Amino acid sequence: MDVVPIFATAIATSTPMVFAAIGETFSERAGVINLSAEGTIMLSAMTGFALAESTGSLLCGFAGAAITGMLVALIVAFGSITLQKSQIAIGFVLALLCADLSSVLGNPFVRIPGPTVPEMSIPVLRDIPILGPLLFRSDALVYASYLLILGATAYFYGTRAGLLLRATGEKPTSAYVRGAHVIRLRYAYTLFGGALMGIAGAAFSLDFKAGWSHRHTAGYGWIALAIVIFGGLHPTKVALGAYVFGVLQSVATLAQSSIPDVPTQVFGVAPFALMIGVLVISSRRRGGTQMV
Amino acid sequence: MKPALVKPAFVKPALLRAAALVVSLVFVGAVCLLMGASPAAVAVAFWDGAFGTVDQAARVLGTLSPLLLCASGLLFTFRAGLYNLGVEGQLVVGAIAATGAASATESVLPAWAVIAVALVAGMLAGASWGVLTGVLHVFGRVSEIFAGLGMNFMAQGAALYLIFGPWKREGVASMAGTEPMDRSLWMSTFGTTDASPTALLLAIAAAVFTAVLIQRTHFGLKVRAVGQNLRSAHVLGVPAVQQLLIVFAACGVFSGLAGALQVMAVFHRLIPNVSSNLGYLALLVVMLASFDMRLVVPIAVLFSVLNVGSLRLPLALGLESSLSGVLQGALALVFLLLPRGDSGARREGT
Repeated sequence: MDVVPIFATAIATSTPMVFAAIGETFSERAGVINLSAEGTIMLSAMTGFALAESTGSLLCGFAGAAITGMLVALIVAFGSITLQKSQIAIGFVLALLCADLSSVLGNPFVRIPGPTVPEMSIPVLRDIPILGPLLFRSDALVYASYLLILGATAYFYGTRAGLLLRATGEKPTSAYVRGAHVIRLRYAYTLFGGALMGIAGAAFSLDFKAGWSHRHTAGYGWIALAIVIFGGLHPTKVALGAYVFGVLQSVATLAQSSIPDVPTQVFGVAPFALMIGVLVISSRRRGGTQMV
Repeated sequence: MKPALVKPAFVKPALLRAAALVVSLVFVGAVCLLMGASPAAVAVAFWDGAFGTVDQAARVLGTLSPLLLCASGLLFTFRAGLYNLGVEGQLVVGAIAATGAASATESVLPAWAVIAVALVAGMLAGASWGVLTGVLHVFGRVSEIFAGLGMNFMAQGAALYLIFGPWKREGVASMAGTEPMDRSLWMSTFGTTDASPTALLLAIAAAVFTAVLIQRTHFGLKVRAVGQNLRSAHVLGVPAVQQLLIVFAACGVFSGLAGALQVMAVFHRLIPNVSSNLGYLALLVVMLASFDMRLVVPIAVLFSVLNVGSLRLPLALGLESSLSGVLQGALALVFLLLPRGDSGARREGT
């Protein structure tokens, strides 16, 4: 079996997840858990598609989706940072609310054709054996996701601003004492994370699962949240988690024909079993129970 | 002269809820106008959808039962300071267990006994699933939010696996679910409607039992102590770990029963969407009620009416039935954001 096409498909289909999970990573690193990911991605996917279809402009679609993600994140940030309410409760309610809102507002756009991100193979690089077909025969969004992974990792661990971001989430008091405007930073990164989640939504409806239908991206937001934990809030590991998920999905698709006795749904839940296992093992290393 | 009896602690939240209702209705009205529908026409469609016929009104009661059961279960975990998002999965495994138990015993037991065994199996499965989430949380140090969500997907995966695998209908596996149960195993209903009086009675009993247990017993006091401050409760001799596992089990028992009733009283088979998102909806109910059982009941009724009423929207006005979810979500969100509309759960998860 030629594994290159499997991995190439896995990388391509994981791209929206990379955007969403790294967006959540920025937010969580700053100390705000944006639990609305499921709804944010769905509403942004709908908005992105509706705008791109109405205006004929992909850019307009992606911008609208990013703004949608930011607006939802703003509610989470305002509720949790300014009003000091439970960010979990707000995020969860928004996850449900935005998903339903996407169904209601997106009704006129169900199953109609719209613009999609065009293919863009990179000359020379696409001809490199194995790596070429694996990484460089995709579209602009996939390449942007590579830059995001590299950029986010470099930002987190190679810049002063990244250090401040981590301090904002982990040791806000220390960051404040050192002159950081913790609240402003939390707002900024939560909104930035929301924008990335919005782009993830548009990446679905304008590229990898082109079009819009009721509950178009069902489950992906929750999976993105799980992948962030899986990756331990490290952008590269988070992206790796997204790719593992993509590979599992590709394998599931293949297994459908080669192992007909096992329903594909079993593979669909594999990432969650894996996630729980990883979380338990990593906590074992920390030792002890949480409660006492 | 005695001072006037004023209850600011009650009046103020009531006003806040009223304000939340008004703001949410305005928001939903705006959504309706955006979709080109008159809010008044939408309100009429909701009413017709919920109470237009006896069958529809009965369906409101049918939806109320699982909602009330899940909400009752969630009161335990919320009171202990836990965001138990795994309630949806507990409902699904309850449905799976009930289907399996009914199928295994239908040839050897009388119908009433099969139904009883199925309901008990649902409760036990829900409790086990809940305890498993609790164990992951307490001993595995996995946030109960993510443990619960993970377990939800696993339960959903298990249901799909069974429907499309070992329990598939003869010759064909489809989203329609497993083979329908023999009619003798269908729980009795009000007349020819879909609503089961037994399910409703069980839900009411669960709500009363929960209210009494949480508010009036030493056990409830310990649960609330754990929810207020886990570490202090432990230091003062409350067995916190044990308490947390018990509340997960309690929630699982009620959610599992809700799942079993969805199979035995409503669908008469296991279907992929057996939960109908009622577990998640129950989370909204309990948050909106600020964990007060007296408010859980009317809010659950309102949410049932909205859920059933919304089914008429596509036919009457060409609108998505999810509009009820928009109203329910907006209501919960606005209430959460209003001053003093705290959700009450102790911690922030991870």
